[in-house]
Amino acid sequence: MSVKSILGTAALAVGLASAATAQDDPLKVGFIYVGPIGDGGWTYEHNEGRLAVEEHFGDQVETVYQESVPEGADAERAITQMALQGADLIFTTSFGYMDPTINVAQKFPDVKFEHATGYKRADNVSTYSARFYEGRAVQGYIAGQMTETNKIGYIGSFPIPEVIRGINSAYLAAKEVNPDVEFNVVWAYTWFDPAKEADAAQALIEQGADVILQHTDSTAPQAAAEKAGDVYTFGQASDMAEYKPAPRISSIIDNWAPYYIDRVQAVMDGTWESTDTWGGIGTGMVGIGEITDAVPADVKEGALALKERIGSGEYHPFTGPINRQDGSQWLAEGETATDETLLGMDFYVEGLEGEIPN
Amino acid sequence: MIRLEKRPEPSSLWTAVTPVLAVVLTMIAGGILFAALGNEPVIAIRTIFWDPIFGEFAFYYRGQLLVKAAPLILIAIGLSLGFRAGIWNIGAEGQYIIGAICGAAVGLAFYPANLWIVFPLMVIAGAIGGFLWAMIPAILKTRFNTNEILVSLLLVYVAEAILAWMALGPLRNPEGAGFPGSRNLRQYEAAANLELIEGTGIHWGVIAALIAVIFAYVLLKRHMMGFHIRLTGQSPRAARFAGVNPNMLVIFCLGLSGALAGLAGLFEVSGPAGQISIDFNVFYGFTAIIVAFLGRLHPIGILLAGLLMALTYIGGEAAQSTLGLPAAAIQAFQGMLLFFLLAVDLLTNYRVRLGREGVA
Amino acid sequence: MDLSAINPVILVASLMVASTPILLAAIGELVVEKSGVLNLGVEGMMITGAICGFAIAVETGSPTLGFIAAALGGALLSLIFGVLTQVLLSNQVATGLALTLFGLGISALLGQGYIGIKPPATPRIDLGPLSDLPVVGRILFSHDLMVYVSLALVAGVWAFLRYTRGGLILRAVGESHDAAHALGYKVILIRLAAIAFGGACAGLGGAYLSLVRVPQWTEGMTAGAGWIALAIVVFAGWRAWGVLLGAYLFGGVTVLQLNLQAAGMAIPVEVLSMSPYLITILVLVIMSADRRRAAMGAPASLGRVFHASS
Repeated sequence: MSVKSILGTAALAVGLASAATAQDDPLKVGFIYVGPIGDGGWTYEHNEGRLAVEEHFGDQVETVYQESVPEGADAERAITQMALQGADLIFTTSFGYMDPTINVAQKFPDVKFEHATGYKRADNVSTYSARFYEGRAVQGYIAGQMTETNKIGYIGSFPIPEVIRGINSAYLAAKEVNPDVEFNVVWAYTWFDPAKEADAAQALIEQGADVILQHTDSTAPQAAAEKAGDVYTFGQASDMAEYKPAPRISSIIDNWAPYYIDRVQAVMDGTWESTDTWGGIGTGMVGIGEITDAVPADVKEGALALKERIGSGEYHPFTGPINRQDGSQWLAEGETATDETLLGMDFYVEGLEGEIPN
Repeated sequence: MIRLEKRPEPSSLWTAVTPVLAVVLTMIAGGILFAALGNEPVIAIRTIFWDPIFGEFAFYYRGQLLVKAAPLILIAIGLSLGFRAGIWNIGAEGQYIIGAICGAAVGLAFYPANLWIVFPLMVIAGAIGGFLWAMIPAILKTRFNTNEILVSLLLVYVAEAILAWMALGPLRNPEGAGFPGSRNLRQYEAAANLELIEGTGIHWGVIAALIAVIFAYVLLKRHMMGFHIRLTGQSPRAARFAGVNPNMLVIFCLGLSGALAGLAGLFEVSGPAGQISIDFNVFYGFTAIIVAFLGRLHPIGILLAGLLMALTYIGGEAAQSTLGLPAAAIQAFQGMLLFFLLAVDLLTNYRVRLGREGVA
Repeated sequence: MDLSAINPVILVASLMVASTPILLAAIGELVVEKSGVLNLGVEGMMITGAICGFAIAVETGSPTLGFIAAALGGALLSLIFGVLTQVLLSNQVATGLALTLFGLGISALLGQGYIGIKPPATPRIDLGPLSDLPVVGRILFSHDLMVYVSLALVAGVWAFLRYTRGGLILRAVGESHDAAHALGYKVILIRLAAIAFGGACAGLGGAYLSLVRVPQWTEGMTAGAGWIALAIVVFAGWRAWGVLLGAYLFGGVTVLQLNLQAAGMAIPVEVLSMSPYLITILVLVIMSADRRRAAMGAPASLGRVFHASS
């Protein structure tokens, strides 16, 4: 055998081997988290989704993640890093990663990107988000009937559309079942400060609120409610089951697993396309945690029915007639809100008091 | 019996050797930590220290090192002058935020006019913003003798509240679908602080950091002000006899460090970060304090310390995503590196002697 | 808006609880600084105390053991700082900042298995009929043990610094370590003890957050409380009762601003949320303006490296 043919055979063998490894190579899926996994809330639930992907696909996938990535310059580097290291699909799980995701996606046309809660897309960038307001409507329905003082406290982080949407949705549902209900909104002005959340809950309770809704992730309000007694709360982001059956009487759970599994499957099948997904109760992205026995049976039944109707698409939490806070008409009789208005919602509906800080 | 004997002059040999020694010690201790977490220690250490500079993707990381180090160096240089004179500006984070807000506001006021003057005006506004924010503790200090550590620190929280307000209110992108955050300055040509040479990571902030290093070096070596600063640090009484006006020095040191922090904020918001958002600040102002001390308050030292700090950040991120090390492990590792660097510093300034005094 | 809905008695009672973590950390730091040492690592020690206390309380079911563990954890961590600054003569500002970084990291590593768990409840002290007294009953006699411990610590530190020989020595070390050394006092040992005390107090403050105030473990849950504690010490002019005043003032404004929001007060939220810091600065300016420089009370050797040359 000549030297040439030996080299030829070797080259072929190497070529085949590398082709074979390419085929067996697990799909590499990256996740960029805004907080630590140990936040017990937003990031924790995204990481649960990642673990579900690993569990579902086993050896077919390899997942990588980076936690506590600040939004901005550091995010762009973190995403680039994952793309360089051969990730095939990258989930960026915070609104502030929007521009960085788009920038990196331009440089890596073969890598697929999924950006949570944003609105900018590209051929290789999808967006996804959850209709948490659907869950808020169910909470509002329960809260409106559980309150005896007719005062419901609401702890918000920052006045962004996501939070405002939740307040409006919960208020409309509560008002529907209890026309005398009032909402007191307190803005913590921080994403994460459990002690401040505890203080905020305490302040609301002292002002007479006996149901507290929260758009912050810690269990501090639950603990404050438990101490006060006779105050009800709802779990947020995760189930907060440790405070069952009261004060926590139900919860909204972020459930990203089905979506993540779907999208990974799509990349494997080669059917992945840039899409805009806004999943709700119907698709399972928004879960309603167990409604405990602290809630009267008829209220529980009504809440489950409402959940059912929202899930099936029969009922939209924002169905007219609804006026804006200033009394001007927003939705006419029977009209439902468009996703576009909901996405950028920056106004209160009629009946809510106070101003949105801006 | 072990005892320490102060060297008359810091040892130049140990000045060079101690940082290396500290890094080696950190690698050993860090390796133990990583092994305890179930990782291959050698690979983890290599990922953090070696790969960003010489690894497969070094072409990308080298530039990122500069991007990460530039604001740290720029802020630390300003802080080091005050620290030398015993003027404690702990609130550079706030000056950084206000500088970014002022600079961005000026840029956004011109939107969408593409005039060359926009960026220079933003630079000036950024520096003035940081300067003015630092003037609050400076004037309170000189006028009412109010402690500048406390005031500058508390003003960080005030600046953060202003930042959130700006991102949600006055500076919010009108085309941003109601989401918080300003327009992206990188997409506005006249205001963008982009890479000057593609792929190198060098933007105006990097240039400014280098200029600041040289400026501080010359100031301390050759200029009367530098002499005053050093003298005040060593002996405030002697300084007063030498005709140093302590109030002027407070104004100068706080003002300069504020202006440099403001510049760092401006270069960051118009370049790598791109926009004013609620979470724009990432603790460069605090990290820069560590950088200033690691660099022994010396301009060249700060330059090197800034790069080392940036390396642990970037290498640490790589270790997270490639090895699955938790971010917390990296934080603890950085803490250890600092501990060792500070500990071995002893050898630079002191001689370790065995035996009793006078016997050896 | 309904300002009458804000009950001053309840407000005072809840501000006491809200202020306790920073009060504990600040009173410890006061002792450290009185000995002439500036430890900026309070945040790191608090968070380490928070997880040590939480973990032990969960494992043993006893909040008391949890608090003891928190104090030990905080003290142990502070001794890293102590050895570095006192024995190895490193710079205190930089070492303190490094300690914060290290504490945040190590606490997160320790806490990985403790997310989403509810700790055992810390009982409220039952003071019987005292708690039912009007006004004072709610303010003074209806808290958990740690609130009283924090007040006792303030009183104890005050008495120690003012009336005891040990306090005199501690202050002497803080004013002039060279003179104290010349008089034959063991400067390094005294300072190490002060640092460990400060660490223990910060640890207790952290555990108060994770076991009582919140109560839950999440990474980074101290969210800057340690920095506020540092500010309070300076604010207090290095006096024990000043620390109490500062902590309660700060906690009070924080609680009040949330109450004003809840009552629907028409003040912009961004102004309210920065108000605790602005008011602290304002009070500080007023206090420092009408007092002579010497009365500011900063220990003369604060932050300076001590090396016994003979």
